[in-house]
Amino acid sequence: MTSLKTIATFQISYLQYLNEQHESVQPFPAFATPNFLLDVYKRMTLLRVFDTQMVNLHRTGKIGTFPSSQGQEALFVAIGLAMAKEDVLCSFYRDHGTLIQRAYALTDILAYWAGDERGNLSNPNNHDFPICIPIAGQCLHATGVAYAINYRHEKKAVVTSVGDGGTSKGDFYEAMNLAGAWQLPVVFVIDNNQWAISVPREKQTASQTLAQKAIAAGLDCLQVDGNDVIAVFDAMKNALTQARDNHKATVIEALSYRLADHTTVDDASRYSDAEEKKAAWKKEPIARLGFYLESKQLWNRDKEAALQHECKIIVEKAFQDYFARDKQKPTSMFDYLFEQLPNADIDQYNELL
Amino acid sequence: MSAITLVEAVNQALAYEMAHDHDVIVFGEDIAKNGGVFRATVGLLEKFGSDRVLDTPLAESMIAGMAIGMASQGLKPVAEFQFMGFIYSGLDQILSHAARMRNRTRGRIHCPIVYRAPYGGGIHAPEHHSESMEALFAHIPGIRVVIPSSPAKAYGLLLASIRNPDPVLFLEPKRIYRLIKQEVADDGKALPLDRCFIVKSGNDVTLISWGAMLKETMEAAQQLENDGISCEIIDVATVSPLDMNTILTSVEKTGHVVIIQEAPRACSVSADIAANLAEFGFDLLKAPIQRVTGYDTVMPYAQLEKYYMPSIERIINTVRDTQ
Repeated sequence: MTSLKTIATFQISYLQYLNEQHESVQPFPAFATPNFLLDVYKRMTLLRVFDTQMVNLHRTGKIGTFPSSQGQEALFVAIGLAMAKEDVLCSFYRDHGTLIQRAYALTDILAYWAGDERGNLSNPNNHDFPICIPIAGQCLHATGVAYAINYRHEKKAVVTSVGDGGTSKGDFYEAMNLAGAWQLPVVFVIDNNQWAISVPREKQTASQTLAQKAIAAGLDCLQVDGNDVIAVFDAMKNALTQARDNHKATVIEALSYRLADHTTVDDASRYSDAEEKKAAWKKEPIARLGFYLESKQLWNRDKEAALQHECKIIVEKAFQDYFARDKQKPTSMFDYLFEQLPNADIDQYNELL
Repeated sequence: MSAITLVEAVNQALAYEMAHDHDVIVFGEDIAKNGGVFRATVGLLEKFGSDRVLDTPLAESMIAGMAIGMASQGLKPVAEFQFMGFIYSGLDQILSHAARMRNRTRGRIHCPIVYRAPYGGGIHAPEHHSESMEALFAHIPGIRVVIPSSPAKAYGLLLASIRNPDPVLFLEPKRIYRLIKQEVADDGKALPLDRCFIVKSGNDVTLISWGAMLKETMEAAQQLENDGISCEIIDVATVSPLDMNTILTSVEKTGHVVIIQEAPRACSVSADIAANLAEFGFDLLKAPIQRVTGYDTVMPYAQLEKYYMPSIERIINTVRDTQ
């Protein structure tokens, strides 16, 4: 009988404070004051109104493709709120909810999805990357930013987000591996919304959790209830501290569900089960927190109506601001190709004058 | 000042710029302690320390992508791909991100990156170590492709590439890494990018080439001069964006053109030069444009590569055909 000795073991922890039945399953952390909870509730609501109105804009032909974040508001709001201004974000394409928490203008998010590069220009967090459409490339940008932070002995962290499908990509593994080998201050957040367009999570990988992909790279990891804004915020805060103070990278898998289509040009009814989605609606983050706040007499129907109205006005104003903007000049496609336009391109530029 | 090789000139340029600019970071596979498989980075670790000269894990997409993150924070990464044949898993990062970051952020983030890679055949290397795929990258808007042909050009063009605020793919013709020696002053003087160099004046035919093929082109020109054919030789140096003005001015004088490249013929840099000549210099031409190129085949292994590489004889015969 061959004898084998165990040389490594690991375990994956799961964090939740507010469960699907909107009950607290353990005492909340100190930050989760009534004011905090009301604030994140309002932020999540604004994000949902924005997403809804963006989808409507698409339906009326005013913008092109748009990826709604409906159902994942808790994780995006918590990521953005947990970060410090000087931290750097390298996010993926569904992550406008995080940008909004970092004071990124709704007008600019609309501009981007309306096909206007200026949507990436006026980011108030000047070092944040524009959202990344090719899958998982942003994870590698995060490692380079993090190296620069270490090189300059700064106390900052880099946050990079990726979908569940993105965890199948080499860039995701290469980035985690480097973050471990070089002790880079990175927080990887996986938005596990169960779908990579039409391919469900269980067909993406045989890995029991996505969080455990961190283990092979020597990183800390955690799975959280991504629809529990308190859990995501808490995990983010801890991971950011680990990154800033100890140059330790963490992978957080946030479990959620994509309640919308992949984008406005997708039709999820072709591949997803209506019953499954119905069940997911019962776990969604905004109603969950809303019921909890009501149970604590912190929220009511009148306040909700007022908030909905207020959010619609904010979003409407942002849309009006964008559509009133001057259009870019056609020659702008040459203006930022290089710092200076090479001679070779001048004739082409002149064609557009 | 002693004569140095092309690979030593690369090393000298890196050392000069690292000594004068603390933001320059050099990294790649086996480049620190080992000094690179061709020794291009030898001695840099000892001079500049392990936080500026980095051995990376073995992952090329990571090398390409990490450079973008570094550059976004104001560093000036110089990343080495060990051979051009291994650059392709980094292509997504180069094409989808480095080359377009300035444009997609309307100037907010730009990428002052140099991606270095030894390239080209003729050294009997194993499979995947000998291709000349510059045209793949020359097709990408937003990145320069620069190829030196001598130690002095390697020094001056590499300095220019590191100082350039936009990404540069710097392809080093490894066949001539140690073939030519030249005195190169370590004076920190860069050569201009986006410009062809006339390396020899002549009247009868314009020979256009770059990288290692300049060597065969020069030798062919020497023999042709003996037959009374006066050759003007242009070293393209920056193969993207192309300096057609210098080429057109030369053709105005000679009326005859032969373009010599090691790379396969189809959709190549020589094809683009020929197309531009046909479009903008048709009236200047006294004979059809001729090309001497590698074949549109997979790069042969060591045993057959001599039949693939443009030879002096092929160049001479082609030039004679144009006269």
